[in-house]
This record gives sequence, structure tokens and C-alpha cells, in this order.
Amino acid sequence: MSQMTLASAINAGLRAAMERDPKVLLMGEDIGALGGVFRVTDGLHKDFGEARVMDTPLAESGIVGTAIGMAMRGYRSVIEIQFDGFIFPAFDQITTSLAKMHYRSAGNITLPIVIRVPFAGGIGAVEHHSESPEVLFAHTAGLRVVSPATPQDGYDMIQQAIACPDPVMFFEPKARYWDKGDVDTDRVVAQLAEPNGTALATAEMSSGRVAREGSDVTLVAYGPTVRVALQAAAVAEQEGRSVEVIDLRSLSPLDSATVTRSAKKTGRVVIVHEAPTAYGSGAEIAARVMEESFFHLHAPVLRVGGFHTPYPGSKFEHDYLPNLDRVLDAVDRVLTH
Amino acid sequence: MNAVGPLSEEGLIRLLTHTGERVENDFFSHYAADLTPERLRGFWRDMMVTRAFDSEATSLQRQGELGLWVESRGQEAAQVGSGAVLRGEDYAFPSYREHGVALQRGVDLPDILKVFRGLQHGAWVPSEHSFHLYTLVIGAHTLHATGYAMAMDRDGLVATGDPSRDGAVMCYFGDGATAQGDVNEALIFAAVNNAPIVFFCQNNQFAISEPTTRQSKVALAERGKGVGIPSVRVDGNDVIASYAVSNWAMQYARSGAGPVFVEAFTYRMGAHTTSDDPTRYRSKAEEEYWIERDPISRLTTYLESIGELPDEFRAAVEAEGKALGKRTREAVKSWERPPLLTMFDHAYAEPHSTVDAERAWFERYERSFTEAHS
Repeated sequence: MSQMTLASAINAGLRAAMERDPKVLLMGEDIGALGGVFRVTDGLHKDFGEARVMDTPLAESGIVGTAIGMAMRGYRSVIEIQFDGFIFPAFDQITTSLAKMHYRSAGNITLPIVIRVPFAGGIGAVEHHSESPEVLFAHTAGLRVVSPATPQDGYDMIQQAIACPDPVMFFEPKARYWDKGDVDTDRVVAQLAEPNGTALATAEMSSGRVAREGSDVTLVAYGPTVRVALQAAAVAEQEGRSVEVIDLRSLSPLDSATVTRSAKKTGRVVIVHEAPTAYGSGAEIAARVMEESFFHLHAPVLRVGGFHTPYPGSKFEHDYLPNLDRVLDAVDRVLTH
Repeated sequence: MNAVGPLSEEGLIRLLTHTGERVENDFFSHYAADLTPERLRGFWRDMMVTRAFDSEATSLQRQGELGLWVESRGQEAAQVGSGAVLRGEDYAFPSYREHGVALQRGVDLPDILKVFRGLQHGAWVPSEHSFHLYTLVIGAHTLHATGYAMAMDRDGLVATGDPSRDGAVMCYFGDGATAQGDVNEALIFAAVNNAPIVFFCQNNQFAISEPTTRQSKVALAERGKGVGIPSVRVDGNDVIASYAVSNWAMQYARSGAGPVFVEAFTYRMGAHTTSDDPTRYRSKAEEEYWIERDPISRLTTYLESIGELPDEFRAAVEAEGKALGKRTREAVKSWERPPLLTMFDHAYAEPHSTVDAERAWFERYERSFTEAHS
């Protein structure tokens, strides 16, 4: 066990994966000598050299497209997209080529590429630096979409994503990069060393976890909103309400079983994410809760998230984002039923 | 035609005139020196067979057997000439009209029609032919080709010290693609990484209905020069020059010298696809001008002039074309759709609970009909 921030845990996970497999490469803008704008690749260029930590031209489509070609010869690229709002030049390569190659080649071509995206808001950034586009990728068959909320998951899931033969969109909650937590650095390494390590790792990466047990209301969160959900649960407890928190960890696939189990137990579900609620992941989760646990529900499923506007100036973001008050308000509302 | 800009014939490397006369080029003749009459007859055969297949596929589409067909008519010399230089470790990335290259790479041509009949998206195993799947997203594959070339370099397949073992990538795309960001990014990535790749642009003068003047103000080969890549314009209806320039370009790339841009100036004699109607945007006179420059008849004239196209050979190739047409027709009509549930296969390499749940539900749903009737 050691204490790490989320950023340093992902860094340690990348290092472990690179040491284990010489075919693992990092590609991105400013990830070399600078160590990335968030320093997530700090020190890796120095230790692994520029052949394995590649500063690329400033062309996101080019980065993803060339990584696809390299993957056809067995390389496993981990791409850093500098900010969420800058992923769109690569959207075509990701959705039309990366996501579909395994299917269109009838399984003859696998593209084990990880695309790391620092995402979501809360850091007082300028325009295009605080967005939550995860659902655009979760809606695309062929991609896996995950988001770690803790340093432990940062360390484990980046290695599991790299080991996975499918392309993985890896959404890192940038506001949580500096949060510290205990990290067991041995467990996932042992898992990957198992004969069926890849299958085990993929299955675990695709599963949600109960971050806090409770019996009255279920809060479903992932990535940046797990913290606010846990805070809400702690406040609610002082008011005598028992709130369960699910950290989804994965949006594609969505661990319906874990959500349904909790929904059946509490009968009240609130989904919390930073992305706009309209057509967001909360809509999908609510639909699945309805389909799988309708007769156990005591209240309508509610969503707390961003509004259907472009991300506002940072002086508005505290209120635009699902803050503690808005989450508690939703908890109150489902409890009126 | 006295066109200017991207449609001008200025600077085209040519070793066979459109009237079938062999001419020399100080630099490139050397790269065609190994083309014996026998090999040229082989090119003639490949072009004839490709056209016979192409023509059969068009008929099959007209008869409703295919959803769509993409003709290669008129581009056989550019494709056969360039495809013929590929060997050993080389890998080719086609666009979607490279039936002549597919033939060179050993793809059984009728298999291509599985894609156009809607049975599957990829009709061959790319690694078996060192020939990637067709890519319909214009220019997207030029980046894949560049990445593949970068990886070949890492894997020690370039400049090995034994030129006969070196490999490189040949990447095909068209004039319309040169306007795409991906193609320009591919040129940049290839240039700064010194990737072993030949960008082979067939300027067939049309992106569906848009002439190349809608894509560029200058000759397309200038795109390569702009990022520091040696660039050559070749007469793409001249199979000898297409071979010579490609031969030089691939040797250059395999030697570790870096990427090359080849613009093969040709003409799409047919429609863009069977859904297109060229009479709406080009003249009969223009089409006739290019019929006179048909890449096959030019080689026919040359081989006849040197007495290297015996009647029995011609007859054998024509019979081969007819036999391929018949086999194609029979194959297409015999194909059955694979079992319905296979449409869920290969969406992911590892299990994905959403796909698994949907497949399981759909299987139950389908079975409910059988059970209801049994």
C-alpha cells in the first residue's frame, strides 16, 4: 500500500504496463519532456525514451489514425487527448475506424488502443477544457468507456484497459487528479499474470462497485461525481437517511446488475453526472432501472447533471455542475414518495 | 484537352504514349527495365481480367444481385502497374475501387462482392494478402497506412541491409481524398516520422460529380512537396510508367529514405458507382477523348506492334475473363446470408454485457416464432 494521487496512480500504472510489455507506447501532445499538461506521463519520456513516449504532431485524428495502423502490427498505443473539448478532430477516426475494425474484419483485426481523456469541470478552466463527452462514445458500439474515480482504480483500470483487446475510452476526472488515496500496487499485477488475466481484467474493469452501502436511496455516479455522491450520503446520514452510492466505473458496458440490485433494495434511484442530462448516461440508466426493477420503485428515477447549454464560463460552473445541494435536493425529492 | 492546374498533363512521366509508342525517360526507364514481353502480357492479362470482372459486377448490380458496385474501368493500368511492384513484406491499403490491386494481391475477385451484396463488411483476411480491407471513409485509411509503415520501421523491416528483404507500405486514395484532413495529416505524420510509405493518389478527375478543380488549385502532387515528400506525376493510363514510378517509389521507401507521393493521372471511364449518372456533369466529347486513351487498348497496340500478343494468348485471356464472369455470377447467386445471430459477432473481442444481453433476447424472440409454429 502506498499513498498516491489519482494522477500519480495512473502514471504508476502506465509505467508498470510499459515495463511489462515493450509493445505499449504512449502517444500524444506534450506528453514527452513536459510530462503532459497534467503531468500524468511525468518521467516516462526520460525513462523509456522518445520511441515509446511519442510527442506527436498537433493533429488528434492523425494520432488515433496512426495508432490504429501501429496496432495492426501489434503495438498497444495509449493516447493522451489533451482536453475533453479537443477530442472532436479524432471523433471520425474513433467512431468510424477504431470502433468498427474488429467487427468489419470479422475479428481478424484487434485494436487494443486506450484513449485517455482528462474530462469534466471544476477546475476554473477556459472554454472547451471542462466538457463531458463520454456518452458520445458509450453510444458507439465497439468502444468500451470507463472512468476511474479513485487512485486505486486509476492504477488498476489503466492497466486493465491496456491489457484489453478492445479499444477503451479512458475518461479521467481532471478535478480529482490531485486527490490522494491508498493504492495496492500488487493485486492487479497478479491478476494480469493469471493465465486468463485479460478476461479477468476486462470483466473487472467493466463492473461497477458499491462505494457505500445504504438502504433508502441509491445514488449512481462515476468519475468526478463519485465524490459529491459520497459527500451527499454522509450529510444525509446525519439527517437519518441511509444512502447507497454506486460507482459505475464503466459506462460501456454498463453494469446493470449492480444498479438493479441496489434499485430493488432501495426503490429510489438518483443518477448524478456532470454531462448534460438530456440524452445523457442518466437517461440510459433510468431506462434500464425501469425495465429491470419497475415494480420495486417507490419514486420516479431522477437525474442531476449539467444543463442543455454549452459549458458556461467558470464563474458559473459551481452551480452548473451537480453540487452537494442539488444532489441532496434530489435525494429529498425521491424520499417524498 | 488543354486543362490547367490539377487537370493539366504537365510533367507526367510517360513511357508509352496513348497511341502505343514506347518512349524513354532518362530516370524512370531504368525502373521498367525488367518488363519483358512476357511480363507485359501478364499486365495485359491482369487488366483484361479485372475489366471482365468489373463488367460482370456492374451487370449483377443492374440485375438486383448487388446493392451497389464501384467500377474500376479506366484505372486498370494505374492499379495493375503499381500493384505489380508489391512483394514480400510490403503491405497495401486500398481505398474501395482497387480491384486491379486486389487481383495482384491474390484476393479471389468474386469475394469482393460479398461486401456489395451486404453479407459482410470485410471479404478477405487482410494479413493473408498483405492487403487491408476496403475503406469507404474517404482518406481515413491513409492514417492507418502511415501508422502501419511507422510500425514496420520499428520492427526492422526497412533498410535491413538486404534490399531484397526490405518492405514498405503502398497506400491508395483518390483526388477527392486529398481535400480531407486525414490525408494531409497522414502526409505530415509520414514526413516527420520518415515512414516507409508510398502515397499513391489516383487522380481519376472526379469525386463523384466534382472535378479535381473543386479539390485543388494546383497539381495534386504539390501536396506531397508541401510537406517535404518527394512527389511524382505519372500517366496513370500507361501501365509501364505506372510500374516504373511505383517501382522507384517503393525502392525509395523500403531503403529508409522516407515517404513518396505519386499522383497517377487517369480517368474514371465509368460512373462513380452504379448509383451515379455522369451524363449530368460531363460531356460525351470528354468521355470520347478518354476512350481513345483507354489504358488497355494502348498496351494492346504496343504489344501488337512488337509482335508480342499472339492470337492464342488473346483468346485464352478472353476465355479466362468469360469464365471468371460466369464463376462470379454463379458464386454471387449461391451465397446465402449467414445465420441471423452472427450479426452480433465480433462487435467486441471480449464479452460485453450489453451485446450479450441483446443477443440473448433476440435469440429468444426469434425462437418464439419457430416454437409458435411447431
